Amino acid sequence: MTEVQEISGEPGDFSVKLIEKPRFIDLSRCTGCGECARVCPVVKKNEYDMGLSERRAAFRRYAQAVPGAFSIEKLGISPCKATCPAHISVQGYVALAAEGRYSEALKLVKEQNPLPAICGRVCHHPCESACKRGEVDEPVAIDSIKRFIADLDLRSETRYVPEIKQRREEKVAVIGGGPGGLTCAYYLAIEGYRVTVFEKLPVLGGMLRVGIPSYRLPRDIIEAEIQVMRDMGIEFRTGVEIGKDVTISMLRKEGYKAFFMAVGAHECKILGIPGEDLEGVYPGVNFLRDVNLGKEVKLGDRVAVVGGGNVAMDAVRTALRNGSSKPFIIYRRSIHEMPANEEEIEECQEEGIEIMTLTNPKRIIGEGGRVKAVECVRMQLGAPDASGRRRPEVIPGSEFIMEVDAVIPAIGQESDWACLTDECACQLTDWGTMRVDPLTLQSHDEDIFAGGDAVTGPKTVIEAIAAGKQAAISIDRFIRGVDLREGREKEWKAIEEVRTEGYDRIPRERMPRLAPGERTSGFDEVQLGFNEEQVRKEAQRCLSCSVCSECYQCVEACLANAVVHEDRAREREVRVGAVIAAPGFQPFDPTLYDTYAYSKFPNVVTSMEFERILSASGPTQGHLVRPSDHREPKRVAWLQCVGSRDIHHCDHKYCSGVCCMYAIKEAVIAKEHSHGDLDTAIFFMDMRTHGKDFERYYNRARDQHGVRFVRSRVHSIEPVPGSDDLEINYATETGTVQSEQFDMVVLSVGFETANSVVDLAGRLDLKLNDNLFCETSSFEPVSGSRPGIFVCGAFQSPKDIPQSVVEASAAAAAAGSLLSSARGSLVRERELPPQLNVVGERPRVGVFVCHCGINISGVVDVKGVRDYARDLPFVEYVSDNLYTCSQDTQVVMREAIEEHKLNRIVVAACTPRTHEALFQETMSDAGLNKYLFEMANIRNQDSWVHSTNPEMATEKAKDLLRMAVSKVVLLEPLQEPELSVNQKALIIGGGVAGMVAARTIADQGYPVFLVERSDRLGGQALSLFKTWKGEDIQGYLKELTRSVMDHPQITVYLSTSVTNVEGFVGNFKTTILNGGTPEVLEHGVAVIATGGKEHRPTEYLYGGDPRVITHQELDRRFMNGDAALKDVRTAVFIQCVGSREPDRPYCSRVCCSHTLESALELKKLNPGSDVYVLYRDLRSYGEREALYLEARRKGVMFVRFNLDDKPKVEATDGKLVVTVKDHVLQRPIRLTPDLLTLATAILPNETEELGQFFKVPANEDGFFIEAHAKLRPVEFATDGVFLCGLAHYPKPLDESVAQAQAAASRAATLLARQTIQFSGMVAVTNQLLCSSCATCVNICPYSAPRFNDKGKAEINPALCKGCGLCVASCRSGAIRLRGFDDAQIFAMIENI
Amino acid sequence: MSEWEPKIVAFLCNWCSYGAADLAGVSRLQYPANIRIIRVPCSGRVNPKFILAAFRSGADGVWVSGCHPGDCHYIEGNLYARRKFALLNSQLEYTGIVEPGRLHFSWISSAEATKFAEVARGVIDAVKAAGPARHFIKKQAEVA
Repeated sequence: MTEVQEISGEPGDFSVKLIEKPRFIDLSRCTGCGECARVCPVVKKNEYDMGLSERRAAFRRYAQAVPGAFSIEKLGISPCKATCPAHISVQGYVALAAEGRYSEALKLVKEQNPLPAICGRVCHHPCESACKRGEVDEPVAIDSIKRFIADLDLRSETRYVPEIKQRREEKVAVIGGGPGGLTCAYYLAIEGYRVTVFEKLPVLGGMLRVGIPSYRLPRDIIEAEIQVMRDMGIEFRTGVEIGKDVTISMLRKEGYKAFFMAVGAHECKILGIPGEDLEGVYPGVNFLRDVNLGKEVKLGDRVAVVGGGNVAMDAVRTALRNGSSKPFIIYRRSIHEMPANEEEIEECQEEGIEIMTLTNPKRIIGEGGRVKAVECVRMQLGAPDASGRRRPEVIPGSEFIMEVDAVIPAIGQESDWACLTDECACQLTDWGTMRVDPLTLQSHDEDIFAGGDAVTGPKTVIEAIAAGKQAAISIDRFIRGVDLREGREKEWKAIEEVRTEGYDRIPRERMPRLAPGERTSGFDEVQLGFNEEQVRKEAQRCLSCSVCSECYQCVEACLANAVVHEDRAREREVRVGAVIAAPGFQPFDPTLYDTYAYSKFPNVVTSMEFERILSASGPTQGHLVRPSDHREPKRVAWLQCVGSRDIHHCDHKYCSGVCCMYAIKEAVIAKEHSHGDLDTAIFFMDMRTHGKDFERYYNRARDQHGVRFVRSRVHSIEPVPGSDDLEINYATETGTVQSEQFDMVVLSVGFETANSVVDLAGRLDLKLNDNLFCETSSFEPVSGSRPGIFVCGAFQSPKDIPQSVVEASAAAAAAGSLLSSARGSLVRERELPPQLNVVGERPRVGVFVCHCGINISGVVDVKGVRDYARDLPFVEYVSDNLYTCSQDTQVVMREAIEEHKLNRIVVAACTPRTHEALFQETMSDAGLNKYLFEMANIRNQDSWVHSTNPEMATEKAKDLLRMAVSKVVLLEPLQEPELSVNQKALIIGGGVAGMVAARTIADQGYPVFLVERSDRLGGQALSLFKTWKGEDIQGYLKELTRSVMDHPQITVYLSTSVTNVEGFVGNFKTTILNGGTPEVLEHGVAVIATGGKEHRPTEYLYGGDPRVITHQELDRRFMNGDAALKDVRTAVFIQCVGSREPDRPYCSRVCCSHTLESALELKKLNPGSDVYVLYRDLRSYGEREALYLEARRKGVMFVRFNLDDKPKVEATDGKLVVTVKDHVLQRPIRLTPDLLTLATAILPNETEELGQFFKVPANEDGFFIEAHAKLRPVEFATDGVFLCGLAHYPKPLDESVAQAQAAASRAATLLARQTIQFSGMVAVTNQLLCSSCATCVNICPYSAPRFNDKGKAEINPALCKGCGLCVASCRSGAIRLRGFDDAQIFAMIENI
Repeated sequence: MSEWEPKIVAFLCNWCSYGAADLAGVSRLQYPANIRIIRVPCSGRVNPKFILAAFRSGADGVWVSGCHPGDCHYIEGNLYARRKFALLNSQLEYTGIVEPGRLHFSWISSAEATKFAEVARGVIDAVKAAGPARHFIKKQAEVA
């Protein structure tokens, strides 16, 4: 989760700027239990399963991920939350509502807003205006969702009443019982304060109660939400006017520590026109208040309401319900500028109320002191004013008079400050609002705070609520004497980039409303609220803009307190000497291929998706089913080269190098996974199985598994009407068109460099080539264009895992060479106390039983298990811990070891595979030998898998613990043998691989012996002309040879052979023979680079006709500048000579590229010549594909042949005649070349004896077998012996160089240490019992057992890996395995 | 527990099958609680005597599980294990001391949590079908 921003400096001293992205979960605390994910309501497509499964916003990429900690995907603040004045976690409660978790949703809302039922009705919901769903279709009906959640709670038997933290004695007075005052009181009450709300009016609720009509906000709703506050212990005193009945100074004397002035704005602004004092002019707020308080108000029929805000709307609609038959609105701008809620305007119109826009009253005309008419003037809209709305301008001469019975001005309100008596030091603004600090809401009198309309002028309910909450925070801090400002300045910036494409249009749910006819007759609520189905549907429309919704469910669920929602990105700077760039690739996105309709047909999947479907940990747990209907497919097709070898759909003129092999693998595995007969067909152009043992796999897939291989590039995939099946039409090689149907089609997608990686390369100043892979040379394949930055993997060029791993080690070696002088300078040694001697002591076992939060104790009776342990033999100490892995428990463990003289520890918790090392470290810190430890796995293998059966799970936990205790008492302290390392290397073979390995090790400062059998360094490279990139090999070779010969750390032995090897890792003794006397070399490691050679064929007239030559012979002629090559009129190349034949069933990997290079060279020498390449599959893998493209462009002709119909070569009449059947025409063609080059196989050198010396195996082709093809590609199973070059497998020069660097790198990990420490868990023989049967000697794959001079088996602890194979196989019972001895395992068995 | 529940000892190799058992937990896959797992470094460590000892100690079934062929952390220990197991199994069958359905062997990689849970259920079902094991339990000599 970290990105490199910039690298400055120079090789050996770089400064790297990093941005560490927030994880939102503290790595050091997370126990990986997954409770956060379980409660997270946000559902996302799981990228790890290629979108085929779902995950939560709190997630772990995959079950085995390292580190195993979870993280939260949070992109920022969602627009709804950022826009809401109270910053409610809107996305959070919407997400919870979508899952039907309404009570959690309500609790979340009430963290910021104690009046959700009220807000759910009357809020102007700016959140909905900001909602990004609006860009797809319509915004989510957030307010209605909130209303549903709140109503549900108010209607339930027990309403949610928040917990009071801790009762406090301090008193706080809140002046004003409106939304701001109520909110402040609510949050202060939660903090434990004694709060009194003083209200001037006889009722509570402020404008909610006396401003908003009851058809919009029923009284019982207000009352219900206030009742919750009464239940919390808040005291309400209505009808008390501060400044008159009581003063601030009196309250101060009574002990009130702080005041919140939330008096609102209840005084109507005057219109400022003549006639305003006439009878029948009724200010809007006063009118609403009087009606709402139940006063009888008679206005007459025609009522002109002046204004366009909510008060005006409420007044006009109230007048209608109050008996006026024709109330109407006069507003000076157009309807678009009206500040009232859209719904209110709409409902107004539904109720038949006229809205006269662009009209302004000029004077009110009276008769007998009463309103009779109003004179208005027409307006028009001019330029926008300061508020952004267009300024209304009078149209001169447009005056007109309307007869009216009453006029209600509703153009704004202001506050009444009678409460501020002289003792208050507060100040007011010119607009009559209170002057306060905008962040803390503190006034000029330090114990007086103010907020809501009293500070802002008439604003909205939610703004008053926001102010109330902020005031509560300030007042709490003020009373506690804490800084009021600290940590409160927060920028509420909404994330901007939210994907809005790709969603189906789903209309917003419509609010059911009371029929207009039923409305005007009374004050019944008009908006009736959503039903649950509507709420769920509506909530599911949320786009989860910021992914994490900040619902904070994870915070509560995480007992380890690991969730940190405030986590931020951190910038870090590290100083390094070298940089290795391995950013990898991205799979090609096949939506670009419109005729494959990947995004349209669900059963067309990419190979990456198919990998997940096959994976045991994938979305279907490895069951092969197709996406559309989850049925098992019967026929599956693979289409190769999607996004590779294609310059039409994409500019990818390279081969991705891995797709042929993975398609075959997928086909074979799919067949294994399917229950019936699965038909698999791979459609390909050239089958490229050029890797080690790949050709054999290909043959097996075809011949044994029955995978079909069809040589054809498929143009399009068509749907089969009436089913989810797919049809493929293709042309066979002979041109006939065939059609086949499949249940599923897999697109074998290739590699490409992601745009983000291109950007990274830019920041790193690394040059990329045309294909957007990193530019490197064949001679320094892992060096990027910027010195000191090394590269490896698919970023360097497309490649498979073994080659990537090789390059990774090579890059490490290159970095190691650069930094050799600094090696070890930053190493810190751990200081450990001396180990306690417990030998001979009676076992004293300490047992620690873990709750793992609720992960174990939620199922297993942990305390019961703990008590059970107390009575087990030798147990001296027991405890149970919330988290045994936590830091404090480590302290407890150390103290218990000391205090109770414990000499054995058992932890019953999770799994030793992840946590054994941690507890062992604690034991070492306490001076106890770490092998005196055992774990009982009561989480992963008990509570988690038996959660439905607590009783049996508890029984099992006791059993597992008893077994662990029975074993631990028999454990003994083990020592870890140390072995000194002879820090010298022996390299066998002086070709390019051997020389590069030697130079790389020597450059790191270690002496090297380089032994070469022939009299000259250089090996096969001596016969090679150019690399595939056109680099001169001889020049490089000369320079490499010179540097090796001159290197002070390298001793070169030419014409020398190895005659014997003794010893093992760290201490080999190798005898070499150079003519006369044998010499013994002592070294710690060995690298085998014995190379290979060109196959000398006996076919195609080779050796019988001088015009028939091999590649190396042709290269030599190029190097010698043979003038005759210019005169070649017709040249023919025959591929796979001696390769991919039954007796040599491997591909020699390099010959196709070599042929292309030579063909192009011939074309260069004589562009008029005819060049033919006779091939079986053209394997110009990776970026070498460019050569193939160029050769075809230059007119080289390619003719494909089959193994059963190979070309024939004859010499007739002095002419060389090559006959081959053309694969397109299906007719023999006859060529008469004057040069025939055979692309012959590469063979390994004879190395049987050497293999025996080092006990390293070779395969049936004679190539050495590495320890693991993918994970340890340059190592042998025998420690300390490494492998590179052609001795491993045929490969081109750049790959040999990389492999040699890799071998050197692996060797250096041993050479860098003066001593090697081995595990204490090794096998030991009992000489008295050994019967010298040699079973152990024969079966150990590591050659650890040997006969000693007494003829008894002895095990070298340095070589033993502790597998126990010899122990289980010893017929005499003479071998013991420390840590897993028979006695210990028997003890466990007896205690099941 | 009124109904009889079998007790089964499982010898799981540390690198593959024990890992699969852990992953089954991480994935919260459910299977009955009849199995007592004993961790061994490699299935090649399992001495046939362990299997006999388990039956003697009252186990109703035994299950040995290692890495897939070719995936052994110790190169080929699992193949030796299979050979020993096959031999023992046919011997036990021949002598009739242990009835069919009590002894199981499998290959399960550390990523195959689902397979682990499936095989576990299969083993438990088979052992339940075989009923309580009585032939081989070590008993105190009866005193007249």
